[in-house]
Amino acid sequence: MNDVHAVYGLMVEFASTDDLLDGCCTTRDAGFKKIDAFSPAPIHGLTEAIGYQGKGWIAKTVFIGGLLGALTGFGLQAWTSAVAYPLNIGGRPYVSWPAFIPITFEMTILVAVLAAVFGMLAWNKLPQPYHPVFNVQRFKLASSDRFFLVVESIDAKFDRDQTRTFLEGLDNAVGVYDVEY
Amino acid sequence: MSEAPDVLKPDPVIGPGHSYGSITEKIASIVDTGRQPKFWWVGFGVGFALLQLFLVSAVWLLWKGVGVWGINNPVGWGFAIINLVWWIGIGHAGTLISAILLLLRQDWRTSINRFAEAMTLFAVACAGMFPLLHMGRPWFFYWLMPYPNTFGMWPQFRSPLVWDVFAISTYALASALFWFIGLIPDLATLRDRAGDRVGRFIYGTLAMGWRGSAIHWYRYEVAYLLLAGLATPLVVSVHTVVSFDFAIGIIPGWHATIFPPYFVAGAIYAGFAMVLTLAIPIRWMYGLQDFITARHLRNMAKVMLATGLIVAYGYMMEAFMAWYSAGPYEAALLDHRLFGAFAHIFWALIAVNVVIPQVLWFPQVRRSTTALFCVAMVVNVGMWLERYLIVVTSLSRDFLPSSWGEYHATGWDWATFIGTIGLFLTLMFLFVRVLPLISIFEMRTLVPGDSKGRGGSDE
Repeated sequence: MNDVHAVYGLMVEFASTDDLLDGCCTTRDAGFKKIDAFSPAPIHGLTEAIGYQGKGWIAKTVFIGGLLGALTGFGLQAWTSAVAYPLNIGGRPYVSWPAFIPITFEMTILVAVLAAVFGMLAWNKLPQPYHPVFNVQRFKLASSDRFFLVVESIDAKFDRDQTRTFLEGLDNAVGVYDVEY
Repeated sequence: MSEAPDVLKPDPVIGPGHSYGSITEKIASIVDTGRQPKFWWVGFGVGFALLQLFLVSAVWLLWKGVGVWGINNPVGWGFAIINLVWWIGIGHAGTLISAILLLLRQDWRTSINRFAEAMTLFAVACAGMFPLLHMGRPWFFYWLMPYPNTFGMWPQFRSPLVWDVFAISTYALASALFWFIGLIPDLATLRDRAGDRVGRFIYGTLAMGWRGSAIHWYRYEVAYLLLAGLATPLVVSVHTVVSFDFAIGIIPGWHATIFPPYFVAGAIYAGFAMVLTLAIPIRWMYGLQDFITARHLRNMAKVMLATGLIVAYGYMMEAFMAWYSAGPYEAALLDHRLFGAFAHIFWALIAVNVVIPQVLWFPQVRRSTTALFCVAMVVNVGMWLERYLIVVTSLSRDFLPSSWGEYHATGWDWATFIGTIGLFLTLMFLFVRVLPLISIFEMRTLVPGDSKGRGGSDE
């Protein structure tokens, strides 16, 4: 448990998706919890490979957004037409709801879209201009054709030397780097 | 699932021999080498010159008033609404490709969705110019929005014109966000490849610190799929609402229930024609035949053929209902369209929008880029004629012959319209210059033998 906070963690590089998936599974099965993988494209099964047990909060965020949009949209039209600015035209009803459906629909979509976009960014804690992984020179390639696995130093099993040896022993590991703060 | 024999398998959606690295290099280098082919300068130059024409006509319009256009009583809509509907329709193919084809798991959409979405965005920008300028005093555009004001007034929410404001602004905003979300991982690629501080700063700011973490990708994919699910009904609703502008009115020739589906099909028809108009020169210009393959062009041609037939059915039903309804005004309007003052436009429309596109039945035509480009241009013109016919004939020939009138577009009408084509081309060429015109990260997922068919770790 030495050097817990001297580094952010250790990073290991791979050259293919399959190597990354195997590396993640091995690391997870060795008992590491605080691990994250980085890839240039979404990889099916990677979240399971790093042992991520997340809940689908995005879908709920979007649902709530859509509901809010629908209520706001309909409420706005009903309130302005019946309370704020009532116009009696030939005795027709003030809350003529069928005519309010198109805008209610558009508002539902609008707020749901905003919830999806800003919800995704918020759950991912973006924008985040600084992150320690960017201190590794080779990490530039994570947006091109290389794959990285990071074991964070806050992991209970983390030990700078032993973990490094463990990571170097992963199949087809290209290199292991310190992730400085 | 059993393997299909080789002859039955469709062509691959990406040329052979590509890897993550080669895809990144091929697409990102268009942006970051900084040198553009001659064709780019020609295209941008033409677009930029036409954009100046747009600026001149907009300034003249604001100086003199909307009287510089050919609009009059009874034809109060004229070019402004024709062009609005034309541009909005063009935009629809972008959303169709990016959202509906994503939900239908059509992986051939991947290489065309980015610039099709850009096309949507710029087409909506061009479309937006017309209602704004048509107001004559565009600085009061915010009167369209519901906001508490000292007049104590609110918009009339029962009017399709107000629905239109909501539909189009929602569409513009949703398309922009969908496009931007799709760009984030590619902006990170450009940030990491940027050679100078300026590029790193600009792309870095826009990428917002994207680092491709597995958990981020997971949330990203959920959000992207949900956005596609939301954009799908949205795109259908937008042209439906645009068609309500006509169909809710009681003017002969407009008051038809066929309008919403027929408008949506027409929008997709026009949009795919515009995607082909752009894709064919772009793939030739940048040598992207490996990514935008012959199969892509063939599929787009088939979508055009199918939606074109729906549009033809729309024309037929319009005419049939006018006759079958036995309404004298509807019948008279049909007579005006088919045999009267507007007959030349009607029959030209039938020729370019219904007859000529039937050549797409022939595989030889779908395989030839030149032929496809020509058909796409013909459809672009045809869909504009369709809107001209709908707007002008109905308004100039309504119930009372005493209120009939003629409509003649002025030079400024044409200058404004051609000017927006300049705005569109300028934006499109700038986009190609500064952003990756094909989604890099989505193309990576198409690399055979990688990240496909491999389940979770427990297999």
